Amino acid sequence: MDRFLWSSGLLEMNETLVIQQRGVRLYDGDEKAKLDVGVVLLSTHRLIWRDLKNHECCMAIPLSQIIFFEEQAAGIGKSAKIVIHLHPASPNKDPGPYQSSKFSYIKLSFKEHGQIEFYRRLSEEMTQKRWERTPVSQPIPTGTGSQVTVMSAWWSICVWSVWESLHLTPLPTSVPSSQAFEDLSKLMEKAKEMVELSRSIASKIKEKQGDITEDETIRFKSYLLSMGIANPVTRETHGSGTHYHMQLARQLGDMLLAPLEERGGMMALTEVYCLVNRARGMELLSPEDLVNACKVFESLKLPLRLRVFDSGVMVVQLQSHSEEEMIASALDNVSEKGSLTSEEFAKLLGLSVLLAKERLLLAEKMGHLCRDDSVEGLRFYPNLF
Amino acid sequence: MHRRGVGAGAIAKKKLAEMSKQLETFKTHLEEFASKHKQEIRKNSQFRVQFQEMCATIGVDPLASGKGFWSEMLGVGDFYYELGVQIIEVCLALKHRNGGLITLDELHQRVLKGRGKFAQDVSQDDLVRAIKKLKAMGNGFGMIPVGGSYLVQSVPAELNMDHTVVLQLAEKKGYVTVSEIKESLKWETERAGHVLDHLLKEGLAWLDTQASGESQYWLPALFSELSSQDVTPEEANQMVP
Repeated sequence: MDRFLWSSGLLEMNETLVIQQRGVRLYDGDEKAKLDVGVVLLSTHRLIWRDLKNHECCMAIPLSQIIFFEEQAAGIGKSAKIVIHLHPASPNKDPGPYQSSKFSYIKLSFKEHGQIEFYRRLSEEMTQKRWERTPVSQPIPTGTGSQVTVMSAWWSICVWSVWESLHLTPLPTSVPSSQAFEDLSKLMEKAKEMVELSRSIASKIKEKQGDITEDETIRFKSYLLSMGIANPVTRETHGSGTHYHMQLARQLGDMLLAPLEERGGMMALTEVYCLVNRARGMELLSPEDLVNACKVFESLKLPLRLRVFDSGVMVVQLQSHSEEEMIASALDNVSEKGSLTSEEFAKLLGLSVLLAKERLLLAEKMGHLCRDDSVEGLRFYPNLF
Repeated sequence: MHRRGVGAGAIAKKKLAEMSKQLETFKTHLEEFASKHKQEIRKNSQFRVQFQEMCATIGVDPLASGKGFWSEMLGVGDFYYELGVQIIEVCLALKHRNGGLITLDELHQRVLKGRGKFAQDVSQDDLVRAIKKLKAMGNGFGMIPVGGSYLVQSVPAELNMDHTVVLQLAEKKGYVTVSEIKESLKWETERAGHVLDHLLKEGLAWLDTQASGESQYWLPALFSELSSQDVTPEEANQMVP
């Protein structure tokens, strides 16, 4: 076990994942290693093991260190194992979980089976020795948790182990076809090039703002939108203010007038989201699309506004319903009834309880109402002070 | 001649043209990928997970916009955005009962039920990703780790560490008492009372004073299986003294 190096578990540029198997325990020679059960991963270059629960506990051995390996059949109460014999560690090897070991072999114990396929793939890799033909461009990091930036081509292979460490519904063990995974990897390579290009453009824009026309800026934003890249210049998400969003804003301007009137001039953004997407049926809007479209209402002089309350609740409201009017009418309602809770106010106006509460809070903030906060609920009274 | 042409602006214009061209090429690659694997992404939740993780690693958000290539060509967008609608609707329908807090399990079950027998399979990972996107619209969508899973919050109720810890304590039985809090967490009565009052006010907990012994604070989010008949808002109000 002293051949293992600490690793971040992230794959290198030319390194590909071959197979992974969960439910594997490591043995130092014949003795159980002082580790829990984890996931073992085989890449074209290394054998990697990661703890299921604590995915920062991750270690690897280069495949070149393997002399030979053999199967060890399962027995009564014993899982099947693969015994791997290793070359001695080099004296200046990077740190790992074990300083020294009296054994020159390790075992992988397959508590959830999978040893047959793993053995087959390991044999293939050891025969092909792909690591010799495609050396990794940089030394494989001995991860201490300081992570790699998004800019470099690290594929995350912690998908399943991170997933399982969240203790959510366990994934079935059938792997998507390796062809699909390979195609996906190649596609991501190309996507990564686009990300890099967009960042270099962004840095040029930052340097000389004046030399890019507004049209070109809008074009750039729409490219980012298509690719799903965050706008690196202004750090606003995903190209808000593109033609697409302006078009959307106009559509919303038409579509929401009647529903807003019916609901007292205000609707929560989540309600708008459901309304609009149910109506569309397909080619739905993303939450961000909706937010970005609402942000341009004002600049397009549409009669709607996006508004964010102190609580973080976001609403679309009719421009015609001014704040003073709303507060004044809230005060009227409360005075008339003596006092009101959010639920009562909501019923009165045909608003949702959430928005009714926001209006009362707003009136309170402006000093027109005061509250009585008890276990029976939050009740508002006219502020007589 | 003009040296200005060699400035950063000119380089930016050139790169912009290059990006436009590369974008077209990328679109072709994506179309090819989609023609081969679109079905697999729709059907295989693990493949979706791998896809999402890889996108995140390179700095791409495939769910940012319905107008994005990923959404248009792979159809991942509509899947998650529709899921978002279903999640909002389930949470809204149950809010009067659980105050806006629901277990991921229950949410998962109800969403699946709402989608019908012939709909595409939806995993809990899918739900989590859809919920993360919903956060962009304000309204306090969040996830609280509890037991081995999560509670999904869909209202902007402020829940700090104290509240969360009491929720986690209540998870095993669906309710909690002041004594249990004092014993497990070593808090004073006042602190426990403060937290429980807040949960009551936010409608996340109900008080059962009829319980033998000490009053019990029930969290409807955690004991949904017990009430197969849905409690009406009026009944709910009656439980709080």
